[in-house]
Amino acid sequence: MLSAPSTSLSTSELLSLYRKMVQIRRTEEQLARAHQSGAIPGACHTYVGEEAIATGVCANLRADDVIFSTHRGHGHALAKGVTPRAMMAELFGRVTGVSAGRGGSMHLFSPEVGLMGTSGVVGPSILLATGAAYTFKLLGTDRVSVAFFGDGAVNNGAFHEGVNMGAIWDLPVLYICENNQYATEVPFASVSKTTDVAERARAYGLPSYVVDGNDVLAVHAAAAEAVRRARAGEGPTFLECKTYRTRSHSEGMRDAGYRTAEEVEEWKNRSPITKLREYLISERLAPEEELARVEAEVEAEVDDARQFATSSPWPDPATVLDHVYSA
Amino acid sequence: MRELTFSTATREALTEEMERDPAVFVMGEGIGERGGNWGTTVGLFERFGPMRLRDTPIVERGFTGLCTGAALVGGRPVVDFMFLDFLLDGMGEIINQTAKLQYMSNGRLTMPIVFRGCIGVGHSAATHHSGNYYPMLAHVPGLRVVVPSSPYDAKGLLKTAIRSNDPVFFLEHKSVLGVKGQVPDDEYLIPFGEAAVVREGRDATVVAIGWMVHQTLKSCDELAKDGVSIEVIDPRTISPLDTDTMLASVKKTGRLLIVDEDYGPCSVGAEIAAQVTAKGFDDLDAPIMRINGAFTPVPYAPPLEAAVVPNPTSIALAIRDLLAE
Ligand SMILES: Cc1ncc(C[n+]2csc(CCOP(=O)(O)OP(=O)(O)O)c2C)c(N)n1
Ligand SMILES: [Mg+2]
Repeated sequence: MLSAPSTSLSTSELLSLYRKMVQIRRTEEQLARAHQSGAIPGACHTYVGEEAIATGVCANLRADDVIFSTHRGHGHALAKGVTPRAMMAELFGRVTGVSAGRGGSMHLFSPEVGLMGTSGVVGPSILLATGAAYTFKLLGTDRVSVAFFGDGAVNNGAFHEGVNMGAIWDLPVLYICENNQYATEVPFASVSKTTDVAERARAYGLPSYVVDGNDVLAVHAAAAEAVRRARAGEGPTFLECKTYRTRSHSEGMRDAGYRTAEEVEEWKNRSPITKLREYLISERLAPEEELARVEAEVEAEVDDARQFATSSPWPDPATVLDHVYSA
Repeated sequence: MRELTFSTATREALTEEMERDPAVFVMGEGIGERGGNWGTTVGLFERFGPMRLRDTPIVERGFTGLCTGAALVGGRPVVDFMFLDFLLDGMGEIINQTAKLQYMSNGRLTMPIVFRGCIGVGHSAATHHSGNYYPMLAHVPGLRVVVPSSPYDAKGLLKTAIRSNDPVFFLEHKSVLGVKGQVPDDEYLIPFGEAAVVREGRDATVVAIGWMVHQTLKSCDELAKDGVSIEVIDPRTISPLDTDTMLASVKKTGRLLIVDEDYGPCSVGAEIAAQVTAKGFDDLDAPIMRINGAFTPVPYAPPLEAAVVPNPTSIALAIRDLLAE
């Protein structure tokens, strides 16, 4: 497993990683409450517990780099630069949402900041990201493309076809597998004879590593090298980030019978946010008051986003046929 | 004007568009140095190199999804399925991603991608190499579907397809690939949604699709000997579908037959009949009739294969039936 015991990041970079993870966590908690209250008409899969992965990867990307995400995509969207306002409004189905109310949680699009879509289908993010990388290479740019996907995607044909094509054509793409050990209620161990996805990926001939997905510094360091390689034309990299989702598969779904409360508790104690917080304090990189100030600012930002979403107008049904075609 | 085959005309269109726009590239099996199973890319690999003539492993779903992603960030892929039947492995990507991303992104993403492949019954290709599929594709909002029948239409429509920012299916019946026709020397484009009146007449209107245009014209020649005058319309694009041209013709003839090699249930002909009935009921002197391929997988043995598709004789019979109504 790759680890990053020491880091070359500046204090302000570390603080911005911290701020982003807290922003994702607070937004998700707010969304979960909104879902319970009925303010979100559709599905809502939270990223609670997995914040380090999107945060660590996207901190290495430019605005013109692109990411392709999953059904569990709120963290990816925020990490790539979508605002809590625009995201929350989308889940509320409002015209001010990133997709103007056409998509909801699983169809968040913000090409302006490189979010090329969360997805209601497991698997395609791998192919789409590989394709964006193909264009980047064809047009001679140094832009980079990222596919996020869960352990549930890796038995799907899209994984095998996509990773292989990325490898044989040396495309500037990062394959980021978020192995949270379950696909809905199905343990990864029950659908794979091998423990590590990275082992499968390695068989396709690209550098593949297992990373502690609850350690934002480890993710950041691994992604930095992967992005460097991609920009330099050295081809794709595969990172399997081991992690855990500490809420139910999706809001409102039961979360029992397939995992133990002790297991969930143990992983809650391994929160990537707590881990970085303790590191910042113990290494005397940021005083407790400063972290508290960041937390308060994020809290206010997310409250404002909820207000914004609640008070935003619905889309106009007269526009329902717009954009089926480009012209 | 020159006389070109359908295949040469499409190759000319592709070459011109690749010269015009460096973002255009082709992906498929055997489309590199080999020049494509149907000669779609002969000579292009030498000119444009491997990034723009990309031979793939046998991964139809994979390159369908990959090219969809490529189109989102400025690439303009032309996906060459060889036989369109292989599209089925990529159908999930097409319906769930390619067709929907423009809409779901509220118009902030575009999808400039062309899928091409050979369709149709003939040459004992048997059931895994004979499908048509255009009604299925035309059923999906977000897709465009082109089924040309002549070299002139093929060139002008393929250029429009490659310049379009929407996903376009460009479907080439295997029997039309060798058809010859006049093609202008100068550049031209043909807009989508404009049917062509390929033969003028007054007694009845026949709408025919793809290879059936040629089969219908043969039966019209026979019928003309008996003084029967048939107007033949080629829709050229199935989505969008130009029913105005059909309605104008029916206003003149009062009778409509739709000739389609593909299956009858839920077909293009069913759609045309519904639309023409709704808007042109008062102009009709007889029920709208259809003649379709048999509702069965496509068999191999030549006599069986011939029995599942309309031919000039069966089309002529159907026209006589319509005139007798
Ligand atoms: C192709 C497809 N099959 C089934 C589903 C239903 N589904 C939604 S999420 C999910 C589990 C995905 O697990 P994983 O990829 O590990 O992601 P996680 O939810 O654990 O983040 C399933 C089966 C789907 N969305 N797409
Ligand atoms: Mg999982």
